[in-house]
Amino acid sequence: MKPYRLGWEPAIFAMLLAYPLLPVFESSFFALTKRSLGDQMPTVFIFAILALGLNVVVGYTGLLHLGIAAFFAVGAYVAGILTVGAYPFGAPFVVALVAGTLVAALLGLLLGAPTLRLRGDYLALVTLGFGEVVRFGLKNLDAVTAGAKGLSPLPPPTGPEVGIDWIGDYRPFYYLTLLLLIGVSVMLSNLERSRLGRAWIALREDELAANCMGLNPSKLKLAAFALGAGLAGMAGVLYATRLTSTAAPDAYDFNKSVFILCCVILGGLGSRPGVLLGVFLLVGFDNILSPILDTAIQQTFPSNESRIYRTFTGWRLSIFGLALILMMRFRPEGLIPSSRVKHELHPDEAVAMTVHPVTLHGNRREPEGQS
Amino acid sequence: MPLFADATDPWLTLLQFTVIGLTKGSLFALIALGYTMVYGIVELINFAHGDLFMLGSFVAFTILGLFGVQSAGDPYADAGFVLLCFAAAIPFCAALNVAVDRVVYRPLRNAPKLAPLVSAIGVSFIFMNVGLFWGGSQDVNFPNLVSDDNLFGETAKIRFTAKDLMVIGVTVPLMVALTVFVKFTSLGTAMRATAQNPTAAKLMGINTETVIATTFAIGGALAGAASVTYGLYINTISYQIGFQNGLYAFTAAVLGGIGNIPGAVLGALIIGLVVSLGSVYVGERWTSALVFAILIVILVFRPSGLLGSRTREKV
Repeated sequence: MKPYRLGWEPAIFAMLLAYPLLPVFESSFFALTKRSLGDQMPTVFIFAILALGLNVVVGYTGLLHLGIAAFFAVGAYVAGILTVGAYPFGAPFVVALVAGTLVAALLGLLLGAPTLRLRGDYLALVTLGFGEVVRFGLKNLDAVTAGAKGLSPLPPPTGPEVGIDWIGDYRPFYYLTLLLLIGVSVMLSNLERSRLGRAWIALREDELAANCMGLNPSKLKLAAFALGAGLAGMAGVLYATRLTSTAAPDAYDFNKSVFILCCVILGGLGSRPGVLLGVFLLVGFDNILSPILDTAIQQTFPSNESRIYRTFTGWRLSIFGLALILMMRFRPEGLIPSSRVKHELHPDEAVAMTVHPVTLHGNRREPEGQS
Repeated sequence: MPLFADATDPWLTLLQFTVIGLTKGSLFALIALGYTMVYGIVELINFAHGDLFMLGSFVAFTILGLFGVQSAGDPYADAGFVLLCFAAAIPFCAALNVAVDRVVYRPLRNAPKLAPLVSAIGVSFIFMNVGLFWGGSQDVNFPNLVSDDNLFGETAKIRFTAKDLMVIGVTVPLMVALTVFVKFTSLGTAMRATAQNPTAAKLMGINTETVIATTFAIGGALAGAASVTYGLYINTISYQIGFQNGLYAFTAAVLGGIGNIPGAVLGALIIGLVVSLGSVYVGERWTSALVFAILIVILVFRPSGLLGSRTREKV
């Protein structure tokens, strides 16, 4: 086993912690782009928690999960129901955070339990279908979820008596989400090297062999599902609290799940720093780069004709699609790969490890006659 | 809302919506076949398949636009236009599917399975973007060339329109032709061999790349046929129809046991019935959730689909 190295993460987190303390960065970024980076960062951190949750299922355990947005939505709606004035609960933020995480984790168990027998592609479809069921459920149960409008307004995490300005100042949310992200990241880094984490990886590499070594695949998969769902739920609570609304159920559709999956794959499956980078790049692309380029194009080529291909945003899908295709062709291990995945994908370059070709999500083609 | 004459008899309602469900189901089946055949050969969930279908419907739409066809006119001219749409959309989708396989999936043939899958999601995004530029972000009206008149006469208690007949008339012969092709031609046999064991097929002298290209061509052609039929049947298309219909079709393929041709047709008919009967007995807005709920329940009890484990034959 590889000795523990600190790697990139502490440096990245230290920089992120320092960013708001030195207002010169924020003001120069604002001068350059007319946009606040600090305002966008909490979204990055929230999606990073979500993506790390997905990474537990897809990256560590190798189960393709296409419905992570459902658990994100559940977290958001639990927070909404617990804190919105229309309901009698009026729970404090911490309670909502814990409840959202637990309810989503429980739902993850609920989804995981019956689907454990399924092979990879069937599992992918069931998670996708589950995501759609949750979305339509939220949309149609108007009495509980306010239907297509979503629940609002969610109160800020602390009451007025504490004297924190959650709306005008970006820093409270910045630090709240960043600290939670750091907590999640530290937990996962420990988990990766624990019995459970290593068992997940063994399961990813070869389920049959792992089973023969005395691991219980069902329990391990359930644990991965529950943890991934719980982290997604936690991200959902933060997301809704930050937006002060649960947003419409359609915000949690298949596209959101695929977007998060893209972050994980772009950065590197199973690699925490990679996932963080992937989220930063894709959220940055959507929330910072696209609007800036849109304005620039509008100013450089003024046109009354509002054609969608004249905007940069109009090309978003093509750029995402092309990025995915090129990544898979030339760098399938992601931008910051986990060393193990890299060895798997480039076995000829592997020096220290002997590996046999395996699939990334554990559903190697089985010989005919077995099932 | 009831298009049929007698809404009071519950049995007639059931029969009517069963007919509608089977019609819709056979349309889903055409798309599902493309998913299931490609999966059978290369074990790839072709996420771009639904969007290929969408592009096919835009090809047909553009051709009708070129001839200035807005609505039904002279029946013979209309029939000609419809045939022209099929003649354009089918080769277009087939060629595009083969081209995508050649450029995107083929270099990844020996890569881990996740790589072509993610690439397929990428291709799907690009297709959707093309559709968005092509047709705009709003729904587009597809010319209504096939009559809505009831073939049993306007006073009949069950409604079966020329449109329904057209859907059946397109889908059933295609499915029969496909079955004959796969079962009785030498290329079909090569296809089944490749699906069963690519290495052994290669050793027997089968050019597996040709077989794979043929599979993509057939899948694309079926999607092309489905796209024109869809446009003529539903009369509204948009860049998003690929996602919704592709998802249903894909669900159908998995429900029947992915890789299994009769399974895909069975799955599609079930999905069609669930969508149609669900809209009457449960409510329109719950139908999507119902489809996926049924899928989950069926997979819990039969983890490899309805026909998946019994027949090992996959094409």
